Amino acid sequence: MRLVTQSNFSNPDAAFRLVVEAHRGLTDEQSASLDTALVLILANQVGDLEVLREAIALAKRHLVGDPSVRGAKTI
Amino acid sequence: MLQQSSYQFSYRRCREQDLPDAAIAHHPVVVVGAGPVGLTLAIDLAQRGQSVVLIDDADRIGEGSRAICFSKRSLELWDRLGVGGRMVEKGVVWSVGRVFHGDSELYQFNLLPEDGHKMPAFVNLQQYYAEAYLVDRVQELPLIDLRWRNKIVGLEQHNDRAILTLETPDGSYRMTATYVVACDGARSTVRGLLGVEFSGQVFEDQFLIADVRMTAEFPTERWFWFDPTFHAGRSALLHRQPDDIWRIDLQLDRDADSVEERRPDNVRPRIERMLGHSNFEFTWISIYKFQCRRIDRFIHNCVIFAGDAAHQVSPFGARGANSGLEDAENLAWKLACVLKGSASQSLLESYHIERSAAADENIRESTRSTDFMAPGTKQQARLRQAVLALAKDTDFAKRMVNGGRLSKPSIYETPLSSPDTDAWNGGPRPGTSMVDAPVVTGDGQAIYLTDAFIRAGGGFGLLEFAKGAALQLPDQVSSIRVGTHAPYSDPRGLLAIRYDATPGSAYLLRPDGYVAARFRRPTPAAIEAAVSRACGHV
Repeated sequence: MRLVTQSNFSNPDAAFRLVVEAHRGLTDEQSASLDTALVLILANQVGDLEVLREAIALAKRHLVGDPSVRGAKTI
Repeated sequence: MLQQSSYQFSYRRCREQDLPDAAIAHHPVVVVGAGPVGLTLAIDLAQRGQSVVLIDDADRIGEGSRAICFSKRSLELWDRLGVGGRMVEKGVVWSVGRVFHGDSELYQFNLLPEDGHKMPAFVNLQQYYAEAYLVDRVQELPLIDLRWRNKIVGLEQHNDRAILTLETPDGSYRMTATYVVACDGARSTVRGLLGVEFSGQVFEDQFLIADVRMTAEFPTERWFWFDPTFHAGRSALLHRQPDDIWRIDLQLDRDADSVEERRPDNVRPRIERMLGHSNFEFTWISIYKFQCRRIDRFIHNCVIFAGDAAHQVSPFGARGANSGLEDAENLAWKLACVLKGSASQSLLESYHIERSAAADENIRESTRSTDFMAPGTKQQARLRQAVLALAKDTDFAKRMVNGGRLSKPSIYETPLSSPDTDAWNGGPRPGTSMVDAPVVTGDGQAIYLTDAFIRAGGGFGLLEFAKGAALQLPDQVSSIRVGTHAPYSDPRGLLAIRYDATPGSAYLLRPDGYVAARFRRPTPAAIEAAVSRACGHV
């Protein structure tokens, strides 16, 4: 596993807050577009396919009703 | 209104059709399908001294411009077959592509930014011209027996041969063949007769092709639009062809009625919006859907599949006809060697290994392009939208914009290659297609490495950067020696740079122009071993 799952932030609350605040006042559609652009920008910042793959797997672990991740919780 | 094919050939009864059943004729190779791939394969085999029967169920060249972008690699192959010059002369040469979003340009790319190559990155040429030139070449080669209106209707495989039943206007007859090569396209009859299935993806998206005749001042470049104002929400592609013909591809809605959409009355307003005028006429209109898929094994006993009969891709990337031509080139020398007895049948297996991997690469690339053009879900469309929006300001997003990644020759991970044992800082590694560069002959003629390779005779070639005496080469290897006291020189030094060469360096080129091995200090024994390996003797 190359994905870092320990906190990288000295102030995790501030980081979470920053992302949440970015969505203030946005419609769901706008929020979705914002997140989409963020994913691409941050993926490029990571610049590592393996880490990206692991991040996607982690993000999908708790996805409800996704047929491609059935049973993933037991991993 | 639509242009009819002007190339009509005549069926001729052949003597074999009168033979009694007990005396049916035997042929070493029967190629099924006289399209670009079958014609190219037959010519390559004939130039290698192999007789070949080439059959086609039609007697004319198909309608419409169809495949129009022929790659540098295909042109280099055709040059070896004596038709490259004609294709380039008639074709429209291009190397620059531009990608637009809405009405503004996102980026441009140049597929051949350096000089010193004989062939351009691409030419655009209507498929019917390419086929006509190939047929002309076939007619110069007595080893090719081209039979129009011979439709294969039966195929039985035995241990060492296949029995083919052919239907002609004069009734049916039979022949046997050591090898049958199916180059009979996406709806391959041979594949149907053997019950071989495709696996892969079928796309629901529909695209409209219109060839229009007009005089226009667009530059000779590939232009691709995402969401242009003249075709909102969809993509469009513009290519120039010879004879003032322009190819326009327009993405349609998935549920568009293809019969309605292709009516000139409906196509005309779309093209008028795109061009901003109505001063054009249609020469061809077609609607297509496509598949990205391939058969599992390219070789079924003595039946070998090539081109669309073996694999299909979306048109974005010019990977269809070009990959079929690469199949033909890959197969021709191997089949000729095996039939001559100078290589074992295991050499043919490398055709499957190399070309099925190339098919996978082409399918992957063209599927990615298609998915980018036609996102499947709302969020996938959002991702596409985000990439296009970010591409205005950032390099990383520009490079994710995918309006087609154009065909490049595949790099083979193959048992025919001898792995590098020396250190190299560039140059084509084993399994890579040779790179062209200028050279000068002893009498001062400026030519190219690809010319020198052709002059070396079409077999194995050793590109040797001279140092001291010439190497002793095995019989089947011709020398391409470059240096101050050698048949060729490299006054610009480009050849040495492109091959990361030092005096004494040598590259062993396969008959299809791929690098089989390279050496800093070659020895006769090492070259012999590499040749043997490249002939399938591992």
